[in-house]
Amino acid sequence: MPSQAEVKQSDHEVKHTQYSEFVSFAVAGQAFCLKITQIREIRRWSPVTILPHAPSDVLGVMNLRGAVIPIYDLSARFGLHQTEATERNVVIVVAVHGKQVGLLAESVSEIISINPEEIQDTPQVDSRNTMEYIQGIISHNDTMVRIINLDAVITAPEQVIL
Amino acid sequence: MSGSIQDTFFEECEDLLEAMDEGLTAIEGGEHDQEVVNAVFRAVHSIKGGAGAFGLDELVGFAHKFETVFDELRSGKLQFDSALIQLLLRSSDHLADLVATARDGGSTDEAHHNVLIEALQKYIPEEEEDLTFEPMGLGGGMGGGFAPAPIIEDKERTYEIRFHPLKEMYGTGNEPFFLFQALSELGELEVKLNDAELPGFDAIDVAESYISWDLTLKSTEGRSSIEAIFEFVEGLCELSISSDSDAADEVNALAALDAAFGTGDDAGPALEPSAPFEAPVPAPEAEPSAVVEEKASSPKAETAKSEQRGPKPTLRVDLERVDRLINAVGELIINHSMLAQQIANLDAGDVRDVETELEGFKNLARDIQEGVMSIRAQPVKPLFQRMARIVREASSATGKTAKLVTEGEATEVDKTVIERLSDPLTHILRNAVDHGIEKPEDREAAGKETAGEIRLTASHRSGSVCIEIKDDGAGVNRPRVKQIAIEKGLIPENAELTDAEIDNLLFMPGFSTAKEVSNLSGRGVGMDVVKNAVTGLGGRINISSTPGQGSTFTIILPLTLAVMDGMVVSVADQTMVVPITSIVETMRGSDDMINSLGADGTLLSIRGNFVPICDVAGALGLRHCNDQPPGVYLLVETETGQRSALAVDDIFDQRQVVIKSLDGVCGNIPGVAAATILGDGKIAMILDPESIIAASPTAAAFDTERRMSNAIAS
Repeated sequence: MPSQAEVKQSDHEVKHTQYSEFVSFAVAGQAFCLKITQIREIRRWSPVTILPHAPSDVLGVMNLRGAVIPIYDLSARFGLHQTEATERNVVIVVAVHGKQVGLLAESVSEIISINPEEIQDTPQVDSRNTMEYIQGIISHNDTMVRIINLDAVITAPEQVIL
Repeated sequence: MSGSIQDTFFEECEDLLEAMDEGLTAIEGGEHDQEVVNAVFRAVHSIKGGAGAFGLDELVGFAHKFETVFDELRSGKLQFDSALIQLLLRSSDHLADLVATARDGGSTDEAHHNVLIEALQKYIPEEEEDLTFEPMGLGGGMGGGFAPAPIIEDKERTYEIRFHPLKEMYGTGNEPFFLFQALSELGELEVKLNDAELPGFDAIDVAESYISWDLTLKSTEGRSSIEAIFEFVEGLCELSISSDSDAADEVNALAALDAAFGTGDDAGPALEPSAPFEAPVPAPEAEPSAVVEEKASSPKAETAKSEQRGPKPTLRVDLERVDRLINAVGELIINHSMLAQQIANLDAGDVRDVETELEGFKNLARDIQEGVMSIRAQPVKPLFQRMARIVREASSATGKTAKLVTEGEATEVDKTVIERLSDPLTHILRNAVDHGIEKPEDREAAGKETAGEIRLTASHRSGSVCIEIKDDGAGVNRPRVKQIAIEKGLIPENAELTDAEIDNLLFMPGFSTAKEVSNLSGRGVGMDVVKNAVTGLGGRINISSTPGQGSTFTIILPLTLAVMDGMVVSVADQTMVVPITSIVETMRGSDDMINSLGADGTLLSIRGNFVPICDVAGALGLRHCNDQPPGVYLLVETETGQRSALAVDDIFDQRQVVIKSLDGVCGNIPGVAAATILGDGKIAMILDPESIIAASPTAAAFDTERRMSNAIAS
């Protein structure tokens, strides 16, 4: 017969595995987050090479150790104002659809553990883009953090360009 | 384990099928000599052998029939005619299909299979025995498989045999007496010793062979029976067999002797290269007429040919390893330019020595890069051979006769280019047969040969590869093309187009000229797909056509996909690269060289010629044309031969850049071909002058004006 302490311990473990870790960051003053497993690295912003004829939310391309990766302005993508990128901004390199892309954010805040049960559905709002790009919201330290639906953010504009 | 052996077998099959195709193509071209026939026979036989080991019964069965027919051809019992050659070609296609089926699974067209088996069976005599399982390659490359020709001749013939053993023969323990004894069993034998070469007693070298024999044999047996007796002393003696039969056989015998006694490398050292091989044989009832063509190839020439045909030693390497190497070299080149830039930025007085060394480093890097790229380079031959099949199938499907002539098969192109060229070429060739070549009766009416000819040529042309597909068909039916384009709304009804422009309408999406949709081509997905595929490879495609005489498609491709020479320029504060191949000259412009034309057209005057100026920044949407004009011009020439001056801000350097594809990074950007990484680690766009000019309002306006003036003039 297992002791009570052991039972508690395993209970705790089960609970713990349910938690997912997210990286929260700020875009145009709002808090967003991405699952940590989607993020490859976070880099300081450095000027990118402009892609001619690119939509306004595509900042350009960057050299990531020999690979050419596109950099998106998350703020512009979400329909917020365009970011005036400075050295204080960061590029979050994510892997999606088997390739790497960079997302420009204002700053990275922290890593938060989220119990999936705490995730709330995105409330109905008018903006179709918002509904598409945000897969849910959570409350963390009394602020609202938006969970980004990476598939929607990266795939949708591709089609626009093509 | 067995899986990997099987993989090896299929890899070998690829080579064997290629050898078979090559041989059949030579036969189709009229080269019927034994060597070619043997080569095909051996290839088929090896496929059969391997397939048997893996229990691929269908493949074995078919290969056996195929091989048997070839055996008949080898032995001269069967002659080549065009129907047979067509059948053999179809059979070889089917054999390739069977191999592919065995490898990849799936099934082949059974009806087709049976039809071919039946057709082949017709060429195989009833009493067909399993001659074909005899071991191959006894005598090495040349004709070891030359089976003793089972020619039974009733007539008695007289053979004059001159037999001079070399000293090596005695060394191997052979005894002339036994040879003569065996000969005497064939008929009446007269032996005469020839001791003329015997030196004086004191000069004799006991190990040397001085004695030769002149033999006269009266026999009903064929020459091959005599050869069989001398088989064991092959290469160890000088031998000539001649008989009183007619001269036409001489040629056959010549080849046979070549094959049997090896005038090539495996011949004895004392064998004179010009040894008279006068050894006519009893004539089979009907001498293959084709064999006469062999006359042209002397034993020596044949040796040379076989050297050329023989496979060079090669190494099979996992492609991934090569690609890794290529990536590493790409990084090395980038790294070099970074280093160069760092040194230039260094504030360290005299760096000349370092720069010299760096220059050496650069040259080495370039050597390595070229070496690595050449690993990936492959001759276009296999690709061209596959195309022969496409033409064959297309002609039989359309009821036209067309033959494919290939040139420059040895031209080497990057493997990826070859792979990705297959579909476009297939399309063009099918189109050429389907739309280009006329029906035989129409061709006759036009005074052309009934069989159409399609010429597929590959060549290197100043840093790029040029592939040309030229047919001698009717050419582009321009009025019809134009009408269709208007009907389909691709061009306005009143459009005034030059001939070249009409031809280029073929490349527009959704264009199809076939009146009825055939299952070969004409689904309207043809030529624009071809153009996209070629542009995707960084190449260009062009069409030129003369009514009644045919059309020519020209595909220009870069030699490699990984590296190119480019001019580093600056446009609107961005560093960009223009491919050096498209630049004719560069110049610094002054105000008096610029002339306005119309509202916003500007022309650059170069030594009395006026060339439209195309502002790169404007075309890329980076700046408006009316800003301060840029000062440097790159004179470029488009594929249609039209010149244009690309206006850029400044030129920095000319250097080798590594091409980084933008596929998957972003969609197709007009004016941009790819990207590269510069010395400072930043990415620069590689421009596509062609599409920049197309996007530039100035050049377009100029083009319209030129067209209008043309229209007025005409």
